[in-house]
Amino acid sequence: MNHATLVRFRHGFGVPLADIPQLSYDEFRESLLEEVTADARVAAYFGRPVSQNNGEEIEIFAILAHDWRGELALLRTRVSGSFPSLTLECPQLHLFERELAEQFGLHPEGHPWLKPVRFHRPWLEVDDIWGRPQGEHPIPRDMEFYRVEGEEVHEVAVGPVHAGVIEPGHFRFQCHGEEVMHLEISLGYQHRGIEQMLIGGPHPAAIYQVEAAAGDTSIGHATAYSQLLESLAYSAPPPRAQTIRAIALELERLANHVGDIGALAGDVGFLPTASFCGRLRGDYLNLTAELCGSRFGRGLVRPGGVGFDLNGALLQTFSTRLKGLERDTRGAIDLCFDSPSVLARFEGTGTVSTDDAEALGLVGVAARACGLVRDSRLHHPLGSWAGGFDTPVIELDGDVFARSNIRRREVYASLELIKQLLKRLPAGEISSPLGSLAPDSLAVALCEGWRGEVVHAAITDSEGRIGRYKIVDPSFHNWSGLAMALRGQQISDFPLCNKSFNLSYCGFDL
Amino acid sequence: MIGRIALQLAVLLIFAPLPLGVINKTKALFAGRIGPPVLQPYYDLGRLWRKGFVISRTTTWVFLAGPVVGLVVPLLAALLLPFGGLPAPISFTGDLILFVYLFGLSRFFTAAAALDTGSSFEGMGAAREVTFSCLAEPTLFFALLVLARGAKSLNLGSLFGSQLAGQWQGDASASLGLILVCLFVVLLVENSRIPFDDPNTHLELTMIHEVMVLDHSGPALGMVLYGASMKLMVMGALLVRIALPIQTGSILLDLLVFLAGLLTLAVLIGVVESTMARLQLPRVPQVLVGTTLISIFALVLVLR
Repeated sequence: MNHATLVRFRHGFGVPLADIPQLSYDEFRESLLEEVTADARVAAYFGRPVSQNNGEEIEIFAILAHDWRGELALLRTRVSGSFPSLTLECPQLHLFERELAEQFGLHPEGHPWLKPVRFHRPWLEVDDIWGRPQGEHPIPRDMEFYRVEGEEVHEVAVGPVHAGVIEPGHFRFQCHGEEVMHLEISLGYQHRGIEQMLIGGPHPAAIYQVEAAAGDTSIGHATAYSQLLESLAYSAPPPRAQTIRAIALELERLANHVGDIGALAGDVGFLPTASFCGRLRGDYLNLTAELCGSRFGRGLVRPGGVGFDLNGALLQTFSTRLKGLERDTRGAIDLCFDSPSVLARFEGTGTVSTDDAEALGLVGVAARACGLVRDSRLHHPLGSWAGGFDTPVIELDGDVFARSNIRRREVYASLELIKQLLKRLPAGEISSPLGSLAPDSLAVALCEGWRGEVVHAAITDSEGRIGRYKIVDPSFHNWSGLAMALRGQQISDFPLCNKSFNLSYCGFDL
Repeated sequence: MIGRIALQLAVLLIFAPLPLGVINKTKALFAGRIGPPVLQPYYDLGRLWRKGFVISRTTTWVFLAGPVVGLVVPLLAALLLPFGGLPAPISFTGDLILFVYLFGLSRFFTAAAALDTGSSFEGMGAAREVTFSCLAEPTLFFALLVLARGAKSLNLGSLFGSQLAGQWQGDASASLGLILVCLFVVLLVENSRIPFDDPNTHLELTMIHEVMVLDHSGPALGMVLYGASMKLMVMGALLVRIALPIQTGSILLDLLVFLAGLLTLAVLIGVVESTMARLQLPRVPQVLVGTTLISIFALVLVLR
């Protein structure tokens, strides 16, 4: 039945809003669940206010990814006031529904875990569904935490200020002795309102805001943003620019994965790898800086192409530097993976089952470590990945070892990919002018950042300006995975599990 | 007697932070770094001494008693122990029990000071510390009993007397080797070294000893660190004496042998820390039960 009710498309093109059928909530619910049963997963789920003759309604869009078919399915419906929650039937929606509740004052009836997500005031002039005082900014962490009662149960609260120089977030553990029964994570300390700032654009400042959506995924977010605008403008960047973007993405992956392996080694007190990888991460970042002047790749990816060319002399520098770096990286990483005492800590710690990973809709490294083949370079290729990527890295155990081994293997794979990309770098321009955006259209862009799939979606208004912008960082899906991984674990293993996910706080908080 | 005591304390007070500097330097070399200067622990103590206290309003005098007792106990314990060839200044029958429980006393006050803050981290740390050290205690006792059997005496002065050199050549050498290993493990556990604890971690959830002193600052933290370094030296003295039972007769030469042994031990600790990851917390009691069994076996060997 659902052939008439949803739109299937590949990303890279805008879809006119008029082509997307408006479903009743029941039809929407039925189609969504049907698609999810047929192996789709929720890539994005967001609302936007639309005025209706009898007041304001919220239009909900669901973007479902069919990985093996390489296509996306699009559903839309309208609700107002309250709507029956789908979380019980489709747990991967739980944060998206909480997000809708917080942004628009909607009430998802029957939501089992209805708590604020980012602790901000509703976007519209509506009552806050948690009854927080009007006119004041809500206080992060001000919510009811899940509690386990009992004489031998104790609660440990960690953060928002942590011992290391990291981002703020609050963790609440319910423990029985050293064993964690439940972990609840409350974020939102770094909510900046990026999605709101992008409305009315594309503004000149937008690309800088997007690059800072999650600072360690600057290239990933900037690439997704650029792909999105190019889709809406029905233009494609020159092939040379696409390849440079792909190289930059792999460099970002290398720097972060190498850094993570070092940090994992540091957490278990294995010092040589911790020190070497810290240095090597810097070397990869410096290589990115050689290309564009910024260690985090800021200013490199621009809508329409890239801002910096990888010309002859630089190409030579890249090849020689990478050769030396590869030798050092392999040495440092293998040292750690050859140590029985390190493996004893990694193996069997922080396991997430494949079923849980699928139900929670995990993406990226965390999903691939649970045996889920989820890699947008493979499933939703765009630009230079089209037909050029066929070897996603998969591990089956879902534990810290699996997640670190994914990183190790992806480091080696990325080194190989960069070599190939450098060899077949097409000649030509690095940028082409971006036309105006198609009015009343929706576009989606998926980009495999180092942490996982970065999803950007935008809807343009009748004048071709951005009316709603939605960012889904991989961390948004994966924080639930971390909470799940801690069940029944030793509390002393939390830092190790946390590092093995290494999720972004600001990517979640936006 | 007074001269002996003064010498013993002077050696302890002057040289205690040095092994820590050597450990850190060794670790740095393994990691390909230059690392902090060997004298950095002294600079740190000087820096902390010049700072002010920050004391939480929820704490009482117990909170400050922890560092004070932690500083005094190793000083007292050092008086019962020979430093290499230098004989113990104070010695009486059964002082080995006093020796072991002096550290028990210091642990009690450190744990009480940690609980006094009311922090959930420090409570966790205190629980871990007392669990692990009560499992480490039997190993220490059985090891001392092996030595007592050889020395036919129950005071530490004669346990670590000149007969050790002869024992290494005799039947007891296997037992001595075993307890040397066991005491090394106890040393690592008691001084919160890798693979049992990580003295450098910033992750409060994984710490054992360090988490108990999180709330101390300034001179109080300096006292904690100084006390910890003296504890390492006192416990190290046990190992050094067993491994190098050399008696030259000259005080200066004996002292040099002792310090050389101590620094070698520090290098060894640095090597262990550089080549091993930390054990998972539930594995620590298992290792300690293992060392207890090994030390019992060592005792059986000398009793037969």
